[in-house]
Amino acid sequence: MTDGQRRTPYLSLGPVLFNWAADQWRDFYFRVADEAPVDVVYVGEVVCSKRAPFHEPFLPAVIDRLERGGKQVVLSSLGLIAEARERRQGAELAAEADRLVEANDLALVAQLAGRPHVIGPFINVYNEGTLRVLAQRGASRVCLPFELSGAAVGVLARAVPGVEIEVQVFGRVPLALSVRCYHARAHGLHKDGCQFVCGLDPDGMAVKTLDGEPFLTVNGTQTMSHSICQLLEQCGALSEFGVDGFRLSPHKVDMVAVAALYRAVIDGRKEAPAATEELAKIAGFAPFSNGFFFAREGHRRIVPGRAGGE
Amino acid sequence: MNGSPIELICPAGTPAALRAAVDAGADAVYAGFRDQTNARNFPGLNFSRAELREGIAYARERGCKLFVAINTYPEAGNLAPWQAAVDDAARLGADAVILADLGLLDYTAQRHPGLRRHLSVQATASSPEAIRFYAEAFGVRRVVLPRVLTVADIERVRAEVDVELEVFAFGGMCVMAEGRCSLSSYATGRSPNKDGVCSPASHVRYEDEGDHVLSRLGNFTINRYRQGEPAGYPTLCKGRFVPAEGPAGYLFEEPISLNAIEILPQLARAGVSALKIEGRQRGRAYVSQVVRAFRAALDALARGEPVPADPLDGITEGNRDTAGAYEARWR
Repeated sequence: MTDGQRRTPYLSLGPVLFNWAADQWRDFYFRVADEAPVDVVYVGEVVCSKRAPFHEPFLPAVIDRLERGGKQVVLSSLGLIAEARERRQGAELAAEADRLVEANDLALVAQLAGRPHVIGPFINVYNEGTLRVLAQRGASRVCLPFELSGAAVGVLARAVPGVEIEVQVFGRVPLALSVRCYHARAHGLHKDGCQFVCGLDPDGMAVKTLDGEPFLTVNGTQTMSHSICQLLEQCGALSEFGVDGFRLSPHKVDMVAVAALYRAVIDGRKEAPAATEELAKIAGFAPFSNGFFFAREGHRRIVPGRAGGE
Repeated sequence: MNGSPIELICPAGTPAALRAAVDAGADAVYAGFRDQTNARNFPGLNFSRAELREGIAYARERGCKLFVAINTYPEAGNLAPWQAAVDDAARLGADAVILADLGLLDYTAQRHPGLRRHLSVQATASSPEAIRFYAEAFGVRRVVLPRVLTVADIERVRAEVDVELEVFAFGGMCVMAEGRCSLSSYATGRSPNKDGVCSPASHVRYEDEGDHVLSRLGNFTINRYRQGEPAGYPTLCKGRFVPAEGPAGYLFEEPISLNAIEILPQLARAGVSALKIEGRQRGRAYVSQVVRAFRAALDALARGEPVPADPLDGITEGNRDTAGAYEARWR
C-alpha cells in the first residue's frame, strides 16, 4: 500500500481486562455501543477463566447492541490456556462461526487456522518471519505485543500486505501472566478460594515499592504497569508506518470521552499536545508512559526533543 | 511411558561448566551462542562457534548430546543473527536446537529439516492444543513445558500429545508464564524475549543503609533486608512490595529455588521424557553438584529404589526450595 491509498486508521476498544461487576460491564458496553466513536470492540475474558461465567448471561445482549451500533465485534480469548476449564472456553470460542475471534494463546491458533482471525497482543509477534507464518495460517489482523518499539512496529506494519496491524495506544500495560493469583495472595487467600477479590479494584490493585513509589498493578493473575501507556503524540508516526488500528484498553474513566479525543487526533481535528492535556483530566489516576515506543524502559515518558525525556 | 529412561538435561554457560556437566552424568547439555540469540545473554557467558564445536566433541566422546538454545525472539528487520545461529548449530552438529519464535521455527523446519527441533519454555506451550500446533506446523519433537502446570496437568498433556515432554527440575523459578513477561522490560528496558536477560545485573544497585541493604533495579526498590538475611538476587518478581491490600512482602514469590527432586517419581509416572536443570549463569561447582544429585536420583529411580535424600540445601536461592507450580496449592 502506498501512502496515497492509506485509509484513516480505525479505533478499537480492547477487552475489559478487569473484573467489573456484570451489570456494570454490560452497561459499559451498552454506552460504548450507543456513544463511543470506535469501529471495533473486543469482548471476552482474557485474564481469568473463573470470571467468565459472570458475564456470559449478558454477552448476547452486549454483542447485539454493539453490532446494532455499527461496531465490529471480536471475541477475545484467554491469554493463558492450561487448565481443562480454559481449554473448554478456548474450544468454544474457536467454534464460534459467525464472528471474528482474537486468539491470545497459541492453542487457539491451530483451531482457527484457515479462516480469518485476529492474533492478540499476548501472542509473541516480534518479527516479520512470525507475522508471515501467522498470515499464511489465516490471521487477518495482529495486535502487536506491548513491549515492541515504534521501530519494530514500523517494520511489521510494512512487512506483510493484507494483514492489519493494531497497536495499543491507551491503557495500563499488561506485563505478565501467571497461574498464581496475586490478588488472592495479597488478601491471604488461595486462587481456588479467591472470593473474587479482584472485583474490589476496577482498575487493578496498586503495588508500590518499599519506599512508597507506585510501580505495578495487580489484576488477578495478571501484573500490569502502574502507568498508563499513552501514545497520542505517537499516533501520527504510527499512522505513517502504516498501522491500521489503534486500541484503547478500558479503564473506569469516561472511555467515550477518551475515544473521542483519540478519534479527533487521528482524524487531524485536534493537536496531540492539547489532546494530551485533556486526557490527563479524564484519566488522571496514574501518570502516562510511552517508553516502550522509544525502545526504553516501559515506565518512562519520553518527550521527543527533550534531552533524557521526562 | 515407553519405559525409556528419563534424560537429564544440564546447563552450560561456559566450556568449563559444559565439561563439568558431562563429567557429572548429564545425558545432554544445553548451551547458547555469545549474543542476544539466547535467553541467558549475560556478560562473560556462552559460547563462540569454536568453543561450541569443541564442546560438542567433548560431549559426544562421552556419550552426551548437545542442544543449542536459540530461544529469544528475533528482532524485527534483523533476523540474520538468529538464522545464522540456527545455521551454525546445524553445521557444528548440534543434536537439537531449542527455539521459541514461530518464524525461526519455520525457517529451521524449511532449511534444516533434519535438525531436531525442541520448543523452548519461552514459547509457553501450556496445553495439548498448543503443543500439537508446534508439532504439526514445524515438526517439533520435544516441548519444554512452562512452569505453570501441575503434575496432574502434565499427565493429562502426556495422554493427548505424541511429543516428548521436558520439565524443569531444579534452579531459578519463573513465577510468571515464561515468554509472556515484560516486567524486566518495564523497569530496565531490557527483556527476556528481546534481549535474553531478566532484571540484568547492569541495572542492579545495592545501597548500604548500615544494618540494612537496599537493592534496586533501574529506578525501583526491589528489596530491603537485614545485613546477612538471605534475600537473593533482585529479580523483579522475587522482591518485596507493598500492595494496596495486605501486608508488605514477597507479593509474587519469595527468593526461592525450584527443586523437584522429591517429586521425581510422580513426574516419571506422568510420562516426562527429560528433566531440565536451570542455571547457565551458574558456575562449574553448582553444575557439578546439581547434576550429580539428579544423576543419582534418576539412577535410583531407574533401579526402582527410593530417590536419595536431597543433598542440595546449600545452593538453593535463599537456602529454600519449592516444588512450585507442580503442586496445585502453589497457585
